[in-house]
Amino acid sequence: MIALALTFAIGCFAVALLLNLWRLAFAPTNTDRILSVDTMVVNGIALIVLYGIKTASGINFEAALLFAFTGFVSTIAFAKYLLRGSVIE
Amino acid sequence: MIGATLELIIAALLVLGGIFGLIGSYGLLRLKDAMQRLHAPTKASTVGLGAVLIASAIAGDSWREVLVTLFIFLTAPLTALYLAKTLIHSHINPADVPPAANGAKWAAQPPVAQKD
Amino acid sequence: MIRKIFPHPYLSLTLGILWMLLVNKLAVGSFVMATILAIAIPHISAAYWPERPRLVRPMALLGYIGLVLHDVVVSSITVAKIILFMPPAQIKSAFITVPIDLPSPEAITLLAGTITMTPGTLTVDIAEGGRSLLIHSLHAPDPVSIRDDIKSRYEARLKRIFA
Repeated sequence: MIALALTFAIGCFAVALLLNLWRLAFAPTNTDRILSVDTMVVNGIALIVLYGIKTASGINFEAALLFAFTGFVSTIAFAKYLLRGSVIE
Repeated sequence: MIGATLELIIAALLVLGGIFGLIGSYGLLRLKDAMQRLHAPTKASTVGLGAVLIASAIAGDSWREVLVTLFIFLTAPLTALYLAKTLIHSHINPADVPPAANGAKWAAQPPVAQKD
Repeated sequence: MIRKIFPHPYLSLTLGILWMLLVNKLAVGSFVMATILAIAIPHISAAYWPERPRLVRPMALLGYIGLVLHDVVVSSITVAKIILFMPPAQIKSAFITVPIDLPSPEAITLLAGTITMTPGTLTVDIAEGGRSLLIHSLHAPDPVSIRDDIKSRYEARLKRIFA
């Protein structure tokens, strides 16, 4: 049963990544581009964690944590760049 | 290894997480207004990822996943706040924004926008 | 004496718990390391924390976290329903000003984060002096009730927790 649910969840997040990619390519505003990249990071973390459940190894945890860190910092840096014109003032 | 009830809980959490993650990304495409689009990923995707992480914590019998969940729930409001600031800076007509209490200015608006 | 070892008790507690979560096993060795980090890091970074947040009822914070977690789940279901079933033309979004009266920056930050994670609302901006928050609501047929709801449900509780 877990295997079935796992396949379903992986499929959902993969489709979500594709939708994000579509939004990234055809975005009305720059903020939407940042937002879709941020959502891609969230979906990517979910995929990493799901792969970790599938292979039953704890080694994916560090990847998920580091991805969360870098994703957050890059989103804030992008937004800061749009707001102020530079990242570090 | 794990009991049938636990297995059911994990499966339910995984399905819920997948559905919420998909809805969050779908909302990003479907909603018409730029401010509305901010709502979809900050709530639905975050909860979807949270459900997947809790399922992973139960399945792997470890509590490290709580860290990622905590981090995501703490940073999602910050990301949303910054993105909203970029929107209000560039795309929102200042006349649409209600004034603050006691005549104070909003932090993200340029000073000229407060004339009228 | 205990104040001298732990100048920031809540920071120390958080650091200790974080370390225990990170090593992922309950052993004496990792507990000792958690204690060392919980003592050392607040001392090393003391220059960046000139004040400590004043919590009057730390236990009430746990109840508040429970309430917010419940609301996060409810909120995502609400938002999911709006995304899936409501025609885009019918969604009435609105900006709402919420006047706030909280004593400390920590309390305001917590309130802003709570608003973002709870039903259909998003913190957009803060006014000079921190006396009001600008909120965007995804679907707001009645903006006044949303404002009153935030004030009674979250702000009143936070006021009781922080001095």
